[in-house]
Amino acid sequence: MVKRIVVGAHYGLRDWMGQRATAIFMVIYTVLFALNALMLPEMSHEAWSGMFKGGFFGFLTFLFFLALFYHAWIGVRDIFMDYIKPTGIRLALHVVVLFLLVGYAGWAAQILWRL
Amino acid sequence: MSEATVRKQRPKFLALNEIRLPLPGIVSILHRVSGAGLFLFLPFLLYLFDRSVGSPESFAAYKSVVSNPFIKLILFGLLWAYLHHFCAGIRFLLLDLHKGLELEAARKSSRIVLIVSIALTLVIGVKLW
Repeated sequence: MVKRIVVGAHYGLRDWMGQRATAIFMVIYTVLFALNALMLPEMSHEAWSGMFKGGFFGFLTFLFFLALFYHAWIGVRDIFMDYIKPTGIRLALHVVVLFLLVGYAGWAAQILWRL
Repeated sequence: MSEATVRKQRPKFLALNEIRLPLPGIVSILHRVSGAGLFLFLPFLLYLFDRSVGSPESFAAYKSVVSNPFIKLILFGLLWAYLHHFCAGIRFLLLDLHKGLELEAARKSSRIVLIVSIALTLVIGVKLW
């Protein structure tokens, strides 16, 4: 007989790594974003939207949104795991948050790719 | 199933009004609060981003939305939330690497996180608005 609490299949480790990998990417992106924004000649629509129009920075911006939504999923799920005890309500909230975040990802793609 | 119930009984003290949270604890709970706040305001931020890059007309509409003092206050709060989450997050990444685990170092770094995030919020906030 096993005398210990048997838990999971290392899903936790994958999420833990994912949370940190996305965090590091977002730190780098934030610095690049700040540098790009500081180098804008003026805060006009042309200059601002041009920053995200195609190219490498546009690609990084899309990756930033994906990293942000995955990061948010892990964080919000952790909050629900800590505070929402009834399984049914917790699962329902998980589903709502997942749908929202997938929707946001589509929205972000639509914003960036139409430029 | 029986294995899952083998749990030690541990004492609990959850009088929230009596707990005096140390500085690292304050940074930790603010990390959670700021993350939750940013999550809740995601649709608003995406909406603003969409308007700001959309077209010259929507850019003008975006400008008038963010010039509202109430919206400015919300954005100021969200800016702090982002910067606090950012600074505290870097601190947690360093703790993961076993840097600054000693009590004194941990207290010092949490003070730095609080001060730097507020200072950056003021500098960027004042520059933007």
